[in-house]
Amino acid sequence: MRNVLTIVRKELRAYFVSPIAYVVLTGFLLLGGWFFFNLLSRFTMLLSIYTQLQQGAADQLNLNEFVIAPLMHNLSIVLVILVPMITMRAYAEEKKGGTYELLLTSPLRTGEIVLGKFLASFVFICIMLGMTGVYPAVLIAFGNPEIGVLLAGYLGLLLLATSFVAVGLLTSSFTENQIIAAVSGLVATLLLYIIGWPADTAGEVLGPLLRYLSATEHFAEMVNGLIDTQDLVYFVSLILLSLFLTQRSVESLRWR
Amino acid sequence: MIDVQNLTKRYGDLTAVSDISFQAESGQILGFLGPNGSGKTTTMRIITGFMPATTGTVKVAGFDIFDESFEARKRIGYLPESPPLYNDMTVTAYLRFVAHIKGMARADIPDALDRALERCGLTEVASRVTGYLSKGYRQRVGLAQAIIHNPSVLILDEPTVGLDPQQIIGIRSLIKELAGEHTVILSTHILPEVAQVCEKVVIINAGKVVAEDMIENLAQGQTLEEVFLKAIAQEEPGAAETEGTVEEAAE
Repeated sequence: MRNVLTIVRKELRAYFVSPIAYVVLTGFLLLGGWFFFNLLSRFTMLLSIYTQLQQGAADQLNLNEFVIAPLMHNLSIVLVILVPMITMRAYAEEKKGGTYELLLTSPLRTGEIVLGKFLASFVFICIMLGMTGVYPAVLIAFGNPEIGVLLAGYLGLLLLATSFVAVGLLTSSFTENQIIAAVSGLVATLLLYIIGWPADTAGEVLGPLLRYLSATEHFAEMVNGLIDTQDLVYFVSLILLSLFLTQRSVESLRWR
Repeated sequence: MIDVQNLTKRYGDLTAVSDISFQAESGQILGFLGPNGSGKTTTMRIITGFMPATTGTVKVAGFDIFDESFEARKRIGYLPESPPLYNDMTVTAYLRFVAHIKGMARADIPDALDRALERCGLTEVASRVTGYLSKGYRQRVGLAQAIIHNPSVLILDEPTVGLDPQQIIGIRSLIKELAGEHTVILSTHILPEVAQVCEKVVIINAGKVVAEDMIENLAQGQTLEEVFLKAIAQEEPGAAETEGTVEEAAE
């Protein structure tokens, strides 16, 4: 455990000593802020139209459905693109810079290296998502969104981002080239995002399967405020599978 | 202290190292010589447990590097060909990180850090970021990370490459100084370095050991250059053929 924490500290330091963390956080908040502004101004406009139309129509509008849910879906797309860029350096840079030799010739278990790198990226993602808490905070201060639905949505966003982190780390462990790591990570996370699209027309067997494989489907349920064990199991299995494969990929160097 | 037995490493069809055996006694400095591409780095990577051998065994301080890898790795300090530095860390932060992952007790780290900095002449650059250091300093930081946990075995892959003459002298005397308490394997191209520093020499060529002896036995009036060239010439396929034809002609 001590070794895991050492790796976590070193990885987090690498994020925050270099400009990576600040560029990613600024970019994420800039885009998120723009989405929020856009959704909120649309909401205000709808509100004024509905109030003019007839008495009580404005009650049909709620902040969760018209602002928070679309905001989270927009942020999830940004995560598809940004997470592979956060994780691309994890293994690729070590291999390129020769520090991989230092790690693997030290008395560390591969599991400790894999877990340490995963936890560091997880902490970074938590910071990233935590900072977007400003938007709901504004809504809570000036409106009355449903807190339960909001929290379920955040749990979904966190699980989605964590799965992307695990997948991104896996693709980084395959290569010493950061661009290849980022591109293959992006393809993998994007595929998880869009794999459910043909589900409606894919037939009775393939359809539900594609829908189950799609990260968006599970995520959408949680954004709507529904925490189902099936969705939790999906995300946790995806994370554990990616971590296991990463461990195998690092360990494979030791195979005869 | 280091016992290499019948080591073979194949990458697909390519045999990088074939049936290498040698030993290094405790406290000895062993010079590991060979032309470029002869399998030096591969052998060192196997000894340090970075990659497994196809066949053969390596024992470091009595522990098998494959079966008791954990114990063996604790006892090895390794400086690869290019020093394994994190370019965004300061020298102190980097060495502290290495001390941690080498399994040192937290309480021992400050002293070990000071000692490594002082021994490698890094005290004045301790708070600098490694990415901005000159090549000589980077090499010394690499050496410092290899010795910080006071390992019984040191594996140094060309430690003096790219240094200026004064730094080379410094590093050499440091290695000599370390020899008493550590067993050192030193790979190099620089033959005078071996003559000055090492007690025992292993010469490999094309993945095979072509000479292994104490330095005074090997030399016997010849310079090390002559010994080296003779040793690697024996294994050249072209040279062997010419010899064969000469012998046939004599018959």
